[in-house]
Amino acid sequence: MPKPLKKQRVPMPEQDPKERIHNFNEVALGYTWELALEEASRCLQCPVNHAPCIKGCPVDVNIPGFIKKIREKDIKGALEIIHETNALPCITGRVCPQEQQCEMHCVMGKVGDKINIGKLERFVADEAKKMGIYPEVYIAPNNGKKVAIIGSGPAGLTAAADLVKMGYDVTVFEALHDYGGVLIYGIPEFRLPKEIARYEVEYLKSLGVKFIKNVVVGKTLTIYDILNDYDAVFLGTGAGTPNFLNIPGVNLKGIYSANEFLTRINLMKAFKFPEYDTPIKRGKKLAVIGGGNVAMDAARSALRIGYEEVYIIYRRTKEYMTARKEEIKHAEEEGVKFMFLVSPVEFVGNEEGNVKAVVLIMNELGEPDESGRRRPKPVPGTEFGLEVDAVVFAIGQRPNKVLYQEVPELKVTKWGTLIVDEKYRTTMKGVFAGGDAVRGEATVVLAMGDGKRGARAIDEYLKGEPWPEKIEPKNF
Amino acid sequence: MFEIMDKKVLAPNIKWIRVRAPIVARNAHAGQFVILRLHEKGERIPLTLFKWNEEEGYIELVFQEVGKTTYELGSYEPGDKIMDVVGPLGNPTPIQNYGTAVIVSGGVGAPIGYAVTRALKEAGNRVVSIIGFRSKEYVILEDEFKKISDELLITTDDGSYIRKGFTTDVLREYLENGGKADYVFTVGPVIMMKLISQITKEYGIKTDASLNPLMVDGTGMCGACRVTVGGEIKFACADGPDFDAHQVDFDELMSRLVEYRPEEKIALDKYMKGGC
Ligand SMILES: Cc1cc2nc3c(=O)[nH]c(=O)nc-3n(C[C@H](O)[C@H](O)[C@H](O)COP(=O)(O)OP(=O)(O)OC[C@H]3O[C@@H](n4cnc5c(N)ncnc54)[C@H](O)[C@@H]3O)c2cc1C
Ligand code: FES
Repeated sequence: MPKPLKKQRVPMPEQDPKERIHNFNEVALGYTWELALEEASRCLQCPVNHAPCIKGCPVDVNIPGFIKKIREKDIKGALEIIHETNALPCITGRVCPQEQQCEMHCVMGKVGDKINIGKLERFVADEAKKMGIYPEVYIAPNNGKKVAIIGSGPAGLTAAADLVKMGYDVTVFEALHDYGGVLIYGIPEFRLPKEIARYEVEYLKSLGVKFIKNVVVGKTLTIYDILNDYDAVFLGTGAGTPNFLNIPGVNLKGIYSANEFLTRINLMKAFKFPEYDTPIKRGKKLAVIGGGNVAMDAARSALRIGYEEVYIIYRRTKEYMTARKEEIKHAEEEGVKFMFLVSPVEFVGNEEGNVKAVVLIMNELGEPDESGRRRPKPVPGTEFGLEVDAVVFAIGQRPNKVLYQEVPELKVTKWGTLIVDEKYRTTMKGVFAGGDAVRGEATVVLAMGDGKRGARAIDEYLKGEPWPEKIEPKNF
Repeated sequence: MFEIMDKKVLAPNIKWIRVRAPIVARNAHAGQFVILRLHEKGERIPLTLFKWNEEEGYIELVFQEVGKTTYELGSYEPGDKIMDVVGPLGNPTPIQNYGTAVIVSGGVGAPIGYAVTRALKEAGNRVVSIIGFRSKEYVILEDEFKKISDELLITTDDGSYIRKGFTTDVLREYLENGGKADYVFTVGPVIMMKLISQITKEYGIKTDASLNPLMVDGTGMCGACRVTVGGEIKFACADGPDFDAHQVDFDELMSRLVEYRPEEKIALDKYMKGGC
């Protein structure tokens, strides 16, 4: 007799909020076999060709397929199914906004909770890693062609993985002293342990990908230098330049970009100062400006380095926040205070030039803007002050122009993102691009999808597909 | 890993090193810098290029021991290795033939001033070097400057060598005596650059200053290095490090530079006690 359908999803065990704000260990602890099997048993196993979850996945993971393998307790089989289209499940299982993708479409939602797809994906990847299982991969014999990948974020790593399997000689160039892009300098340890990005990079090395760090393309080497030595180039350089608001007091001490704040903590380990040399200011009250994942990460990191009162200052209302639902929930549980419909207008400093307060103004929501979200409008006369010891800006990032500022052939949009066509071809022959560099700030999985399709396009180009006369810009 | 090939002590706490870094030497230009990280637990600090040699694949750096990282670097000997060196970073100083170029350097700004002076000289300028040091024992690179300068004016704050006075005094006298200056480049302590820039503003001379804010990545990714120039936010590492001196908010730069003074002291004390 079939068991009755279990309507509630199996929650993933988590560290207690009161404990976890004092450490950087991962918050979500992972399913055990028992929990994973229970959650997997809830899946209705829609047929692959019309499973709505697959349609919601930017990289088309065969979700019912891998869940079936979990039920059969076949981790290797599950891993191989995922790896057909997603080389980094340890990462996507943790950071994808599943509620806006696969899980959003899950038919179980009609009768109960949607399947916890992300957590199951993570389970497969973690379990395989624990057991030392790798997917069977076929590496084509070396075809004598060389491809350079610029940037080691998810876009670059994915492109590298696919190209090396196709038989190319692949070298990844990275500006920083470690590989992984946002995965290592941005997303905090408590959400994505750095050891995971390291593990993925080691795996790529084992497949034959070469990695060279401390190379800023545009400075250390130019794109022209690289094109002299390589047959094609993929730019996965991300959107790394932070935005600030040019309002009075913005350069007071104690005011950071989220990139600086998170880089000091994640990449440079400032939370271990003075064991590690990089310092970070520790105070009592900190305000984060913004409402995305980056803002949540900054706020939750601030708690962990000892700030007692941490505010999220967001100019719209809660439902417009772009952060993953889980991050918002975790931030709330940890005691982050949310202020909605407010924007900073000025920062006030003390005699030493340290920020001591931020002046905020109340907003009301007006007409929808291009993104379809209602535009906040400040209400005159509603200014008020909030005392703070530090402020973090998390209001978006643009691509870094260092790469292309002296390369007139590479055309960019008015937002500074690289122009590419359907096949990820830039306006410079032999040069492809994907990820945040072409989309502006997006997501890990979209960057991976670009890396994958970019790799396919590079393969076609190197097998003789002619370069078009004109690049028809693709809209993202 | 980047090996230290050679090392000299130029003055008390001021050291010169030659580092094997072919990839940095290849595209290096005057006014650019590198970021280095000594070891796994190290911080990233910027140091400006003094000299470089593409054929032999090395760069030369001059630094003053002021904080934990520079003291630690100062303790490295030939054969020792620096974990990470990345560069050249920043934009090269815009070099052209202005006619007469006056380069005003203070203290450990001198090596940067030297690189720029040499480039300006090679571009056909008549170059006048004004360099100031605290006292005789801190005078560095005198011979190097002599070789490339059409006129060399050295001064010491306390008068223990050549003459007494600040670089500002020397520049003012030079201009008052009818000395020519079609372009001024200044590098050194922020207060000095600020005062030099005030003088050249009076005289209406185009002036660039090489700014030295705190940095983390050095590639435009974090904004730690932001400065205000002409009322706008600029990132010194990506937009600079040279800016029109008459537009720079030097007071803000001075304030931001000491942001981590207390932490720097903690780190240095710990290091000096041998607990690195
Ligand atoms: C704090 C934070 C939290 C986030 N949270 C999430 C999340 O939960 N889920 C999610 O899906 N997305 C999240 N994102 C967004 C996601 O991280 C990005 O969309 C994704 O990393 C983009 O990948 P990428 O490969 O295009 O670029 P990046 O990850 O930005 O990598 C680019 C790499 O290129 C290098 N580089 C840049 N310029 C050069 C150059 N000139 N030469 C050499 N190397 C260069 C950089 O150093 C970097 O390593 C978050 C972003 C941040 C900042
Ligand atoms: S040092 Fe980070 S942006 Fe300049």
